[in-house]
Amino acid sequence: MNMPIRPILSALRYHKAGALLIAAQIALTLAVICNAAYVIHNRLDRMGRDTGIAESDLMVVNNKWVAPPTEFVTRQVADIAMLRALPGVADAVATNTMPLAGSGWRSGVRLTPTGANVGTRGIPIVFGDEHLLPTLGLKLIAGRNFQASDVTTMVENGTPDAAAIILTRAFADHAFPAGDALGKQMYIGNLGAHPSTIIGIVERMHAPSLDQGDDKTWQESIIVPMRMTQRGMLLIVRAQPGQLPSLVKRVPEALKTFSTQRVIPQPNGVLTFQQVRDRAYKADRGLAWMLGGISVVLLLVTAAGIVGLTSFWVGQRRRQIGIRRALGATRRDILVYFLTENSLIAMAGLIVGVVLAFALNRWMMSEFEISRLGLFYVVTAILGLLCLGQLAVLGPAMRASRVPPVEATRTV
Amino acid sequence: MSADMGMPGPAGVQGRSGAWHSPCFALIVSQPGEGTTMLAYYAQLGFRSLRRSPVLTALMIVVIGVGVAAAMTCYSVFRATSGDPIPQKSSQLFIAQIDNYGPDPDDPGADPMPWITWRDALALKHAHRALRETALYPIGASVVFDKPGQLAWPVRGYAVQTDIFPMFDMKFVYGGPWSVQDDEAEAPVVVIAEDLNDRVFGGANSVGREINLDGKTFRVVGVTRRLEMRPRFFDLDAGNGFGDLGEMYMPFGRAIADGRNPEGGNACNKPSAPGWDNFVRSECIFVSYWVELPDAASAAAYRQFLRDYSLEQNRAGRFHWDPNVRLRDVMSWLAYRRVVPPEARMGLVISVAFLGICLVNVIGLLLAKFMRRAGEIGVRRALGASRRAIYAQFMLEAATVGLAGGLLGILLTGLGTLCLQLVFSPVVAKLAAMNLSLLGITVLVALASTLLAAFYPVWRASRVQPAWQLKAG
Repeated sequence: MNMPIRPILSALRYHKAGALLIAAQIALTLAVICNAAYVIHNRLDRMGRDTGIAESDLMVVNNKWVAPPTEFVTRQVADIAMLRALPGVADAVATNTMPLAGSGWRSGVRLTPTGANVGTRGIPIVFGDEHLLPTLGLKLIAGRNFQASDVTTMVENGTPDAAAIILTRAFADHAFPAGDALGKQMYIGNLGAHPSTIIGIVERMHAPSLDQGDDKTWQESIIVPMRMTQRGMLLIVRAQPGQLPSLVKRVPEALKTFSTQRVIPQPNGVLTFQQVRDRAYKADRGLAWMLGGISVVLLLVTAAGIVGLTSFWVGQRRRQIGIRRALGATRRDILVYFLTENSLIAMAGLIVGVVLAFALNRWMMSEFEISRLGLFYVVTAILGLLCLGQLAVLGPAMRASRVPPVEATRTV
Repeated sequence: MSADMGMPGPAGVQGRSGAWHSPCFALIVSQPGEGTTMLAYYAQLGFRSLRRSPVLTALMIVVIGVGVAAAMTCYSVFRATSGDPIPQKSSQLFIAQIDNYGPDPDDPGADPMPWITWRDALALKHAHRALRETALYPIGASVVFDKPGQLAWPVRGYAVQTDIFPMFDMKFVYGGPWSVQDDEAEAPVVVIAEDLNDRVFGGANSVGREINLDGKTFRVVGVTRRLEMRPRFFDLDAGNGFGDLGEMYMPFGRAIADGRNPEGGNACNKPSAPGWDNFVRSECIFVSYWVELPDAASAAAYRQFLRDYSLEQNRAGRFHWDPNVRLRDVMSWLAYRRVVPPEARMGLVISVAFLGICLVNVIGLLLAKFMRRAGEIGVRRALGASRRAIYAQFMLEAATVGLAGGLLGILLTGLGTLCLQLVFSPVVAKLAAMNLSLLGITVLVALASTLLAAFYPVWRASRVQPAWQLKAG
């Protein structure tokens, strides 16, 4: 069977406008669809990241003490001791931030006292004591956890230059590519900081913020065994299995009974980690839904447009179709004619569409933190749109193939 | 012009047999005058034609409705987040930036950090080169009650100088600003917002009464009206300008003396020694400095003053780099800080592209719809209808489709704005909610874009050659 390309091309000259419109629509659709799919995939990828902590048993209280700064640390120690003794609590810790909390403290980190910083934006510092690892459920893969004797108090506006520190594996590998971080020293914060010895490495812990882009910085953090002198701290409670629902009510009540000289914001002062996660990824999830919705509707609209215009053409050419049939063309020939015609138009549109897709991606790269569009998305979208075009044209083409040869003799 | 004839009958080769209802030849006997009567007649023709191919018509209406709704929903967020929070003064209010970090070796021309140090803020205030000026940083406090068992209430506010009240056009319900002397004396006074006044004092005139903030007694000197301006251009570190509204204003000097930590962004180039006083007096930056400059000349002069000041610090050996200062007005500050959420900007771009595709689609559908009636057009032209008449008729038909699409668009936009909470913070979602102007814009956009899409198909319809059509028919 030979593809009747030449006659199709010459026939197309008689409805240039329609063909151009379909091609334009396919081109624009391709550009939007593959960029949307790319953004959706990026966001879903980010939402699927492993935080490295025991998410299902954790809750957090955003607590502020009403007290002079000199009493912050004693209040913190007393509150945490009370929480650890609460029935149903597996462990508890006071810290400045946690995975997905949103805000935190970044500090410059150097391998020598006055050398260059590792990384460009500073490394998130997580404060805690020897209970931080067990509370969060972080997995130690080398070295040891902090001991009570490692824990110190950081003075106000001090520098987090603890003598012993624990790194995430991602940051350990970043700072020491040879993989020999354990036992090495680094310098955190101020020039003139004391050296900090790496005593342990945890497998994974998500940074407080959701970093954009594809790099590994979202897994980079430093844990220091220090108590911060700060009015507001996160009190993280790990529940014994199954105890979380009751603790969400009991923990704030226990804190209030223990001392009313505190502020727990309403709402959102008490959250399960699941709620922390939902809040952190709200925009990502919403954007994915929005772009997904637009993409689906867009495909439907494009398909509907192809159906509409092709139906019109079929209607316009009934007589010609009848003549071809009378001259010996089979139904199959007519069907193939319209399918081929559509694929020719679609291909022209797709070529322009690829250029548009990369142009749109380029613009989005400059405006948003998005990397280069993967070829995979473009190729998938091209194949998808070709199939969509063929499917959309199938109905009208079938109708065309059923035009009887006798139509040639009718002049309406 | 002679009587016009509507011929919605099977005419021309385009007609698919059986697709039309019984032929209905309507000869208009009366002489339709120019103007409204003709338009009414075209509208009638258009309406009839729309009913003749309901699937195609419905498809066009849905495509326009969906396209417009997507674009309008995203636009509503964009509009809410990119608006001018203080239109009457935004071009006269400026924020000063001075580089005390030194140039970034990777990007030497980069902008200085958004905050300045306490000592620079004091020096600028002392120089007094602006009409009005205030140092500002966000603070938090707890309202403490005597009642046993009552938890303290957290309240967010700002450490400011008294100029801020006239600068930002704040209106008072009771009392007024504190005095310049209060600023200098670091007096324990506060101005509170209406909401806080309602909660603490039951809405009564609280001027002269006392309020306990973290165990310290402050005297209320004024109660301001709720300050709805969004984005919060002077407090972008909290929720990107869409965080809590501040409800309390305290003299800058008092907040510093009381050791109130900045609740906004802050950064330290060089470390500070331990303790609040050392932090304040260090090179750590946490203060925003806002000035009111009534015209371009005074703004230019102030910019020069900042440069001179920076140069002076350089000569004094404090800065080891050339002056790098910025003076931005409210709107350029908001643009620089990228206040519009990336999701809103991306959504707008994608949805406008989507609307564009919908329009291309509508062009095609209208073309098909109009050209199907080439026969009818031929007959009308042969009977004396001018090209303009054909133009008017088909444009009106398109406008009907656009209007219907707009109505559907309103419905879907309303639905879309309800879903905005899934993506954006409740504050932004609330700001972007459906209102009368959005409603109007939706219909307008639907109508305008449909008419735009109709241009080519209508032009094609008006070019139909009467003789050729009649011959072919």
